[in-house]
Amino acid sequence: MSGVFMGMPSLPVFGDGNLHIDEPFPAAAHRELGNTQMRANLRHATHTIRDKRIKVVGELPDWEELRDAGAATKNQVMANLPALLEEFEKNFTARGGIIHWARDADEANRIVSDLIKEQDTTEVVKVKSMATQEIGLNEYLEEQGISAFETDLAELIVQLGHDKPSHILVPAIHKNRTEVRDIFLAEMPNVDPNLTDEPRLLAMAAREHLRRKFLSAKVAVSGANFALADSGTLAVVESEGNGRMCLTLPETLITVMGIEKLLPAKEDLEVFMQLLPRSSTGERMNPYTSLWTGVTEGDGPQNVHLVMLDNGRTAALADKYGRTALNCIRCSACMNVCPVYERTGGHAYGSTYPGPIGAILSPLLTGIKSEENSSLPYASSLCGACFDACPVKINIPEILVHLRGEDVDSRRGEKKLPSQMDLMMKGAQWAFSSGKNLGLLEKGLPLGKLAAGQDKKIKRLPGIAAGWTQSRDIPAPPSQSFRDWWKKEHQSEATTMKQEK
Amino acid sequence: MGAKEEILSRISSALRDAPVPAPVPREYRKTSDMEESALIELLVDRLEDYKAHVNVVDAAELSATIAERLKDATSYVVPHGIAGEWLTNAALANDARRRVDAPGAVLGIPELDGTDAVLTSSAVSIAESGTIVLDGTGDQGRRAISLVPDHHVCVVPVSTIVQLLPEALPRMDITRPLTWISGPSATSDIELERVEGVHGPRQLDVIIVKGL
Ligand code: SF4
Repeated sequence: MSGVFMGMPSLPVFGDGNLHIDEPFPAAAHRELGNTQMRANLRHATHTIRDKRIKVVGELPDWEELRDAGAATKNQVMANLPALLEEFEKNFTARGGIIHWARDADEANRIVSDLIKEQDTTEVVKVKSMATQEIGLNEYLEEQGISAFETDLAELIVQLGHDKPSHILVPAIHKNRTEVRDIFLAEMPNVDPNLTDEPRLLAMAAREHLRRKFLSAKVAVSGANFALADSGTLAVVESEGNGRMCLTLPETLITVMGIEKLLPAKEDLEVFMQLLPRSSTGERMNPYTSLWTGVTEGDGPQNVHLVMLDNGRTAALADKYGRTALNCIRCSACMNVCPVYERTGGHAYGSTYPGPIGAILSPLLTGIKSEENSSLPYASSLCGACFDACPVKINIPEILVHLRGEDVDSRRGEKKLPSQMDLMMKGAQWAFSSGKNLGLLEKGLPLGKLAAGQDKKIKRLPGIAAGWTQSRDIPAPPSQSFRDWWKKEHQSEATTMKQEK
Repeated sequence: MGAKEEILSRISSALRDAPVPAPVPREYRKTSDMEESALIELLVDRLEDYKAHVNVVDAAELSATIAERLKDATSYVVPHGIAGEWLTNAALANDARRRVDAPGAVLGIPELDGTDAVLTSSAVSIAESGTIVLDGTGDQGRRAISLVPDHHVCVVPVSTIVQLLPEALPRMDITRPLTWISGPSATSDIELERVEGVHGPRQLDVIIVKGL
């Protein structure tokens, strides 16, 4: 039994499902860069949301203290995961909920599908959820003859448009209003043929379309943002009320949640419910948050299930440099500040998780040796903006560099000589491993000046780095490194101060 | 080995290096000392920012204000535990428009769908974020009644307002079904243009009551 296996070293078991990209990032990015409509939409969206975010974050005098508490709490959770999972299960079950465990995407899909079939229905309503997207639940259910209706407006647009989400918070941001209207006209039964592209009218058409479904659905499927171990409580954060509809009206509720979503206690909500809405939509609070603890007699679903999903999370946890990626609360702040994401969009990342977090999370969940996912850690300029924005302080650049090193190591056995990329990445790993090394490297910067033309742009980099300059010019590095500049500035400061004395 | 045992065993393997994380620093604000009038002002500001309609009244005016907010509703639902004196206004007394939702006599979903408005109280409100918490007790009712009708009139007694979320959580019974409301339902999914009201109530009227 379990006692025998506990603590016995085993190889990590990686995840499956919509985590693998099907073409290497550089190729996908190159194609997506040609999509000017998407670039314009994304630019507008990411800039608007990040401006709002900066404003509401600035209102809190204790933002940094909240981030510190959030990061430390998540590290605690990961270190104590077995005990917290047991505690959560005990409490959720004691209040009438039923827990199922799923090792991988396929097992989770089968559990959900069997639970739905038990209810004798072929239709379910769904709340937007990254976990169910990750396991490809909708596609699986369709094969089983079950229709899953996405009820979040953006997810509905994506689903009706037979498309893929491009952003985790605003998944249909690559579509403009006219495209949305055209999708509705083509795909929504009984829609008013005179529907205009006014967002309010489009939202109302979606309301009409989904209302009957909400009011008659027997089964709903959701994800969860948080699970509190000390009470067995689940929480879903949303805006439109579609979440409340799904979580409240049907008799049966099936929630799918990654095992990393736990928080130890109710008290921790006070940290995360301040961090999440402000980081994600740039609001002081999202319009609706629902919390439920198992079954409440006479209120809401009486048949309540939770599927606890591994699917590579334990493999990510085994990576002691990468495990903090599991701290992610899926706020999307990192993608909204990422210069690479802003230009390529979410589709280029191929997997369910785009942007900077996707570039580390997908390869951690699938293993760096997974065919194309090994290109994801290179999808970054290592500018560090994601780290600054992350409410739980995940050091994404550091993990990117670590994964690049892993990638290089994993391919070493297959080649006789290290490739140019190997050397560069080894170099990067060395440079980012300490400030002193980085300083040494920056001393080489004036050389870069020589490669730049009159307009201070580098048009072509030599060798393998040419891949980067194929799609863009890069500004020439400054003639002086930041570290040198800082030292000089502060020396003169020190001198001035002395003089004033 | 069952899935649970296997996952727990994988976790134990993953944590072979026995990480010892730092203790959680809780240096953020946990208490505040805002005066009542400032608290009310802050809450009103936040709620109006979310496009909620807000009245601030004395307890004596409450019933009349409720009547005023409900005047256009052809029908409305109240949870069984709503205080009798809230419904004493002439326009509300023996009101044929009123439907009471009570344990053992609950309104069906189609009936709720055919009801214009709902009147509830609330458990606790957070001024800084403009959030009102309903906990499903007698004067707030089942989650469905404050969800299906299109217009929610919500009473917030001043004694239940706090400034900060850390001050509100100790006042919540976390095992009850909780709904935190910050404005009416809204979406920004089409070109980030905010549209109030998609699936939840499209109109939220808040009545903040002094002396209650
Ligand atoms: S990595 Fe951080 S910033 Fe990015 S989505 Fe996760 S929590 Fe948000």
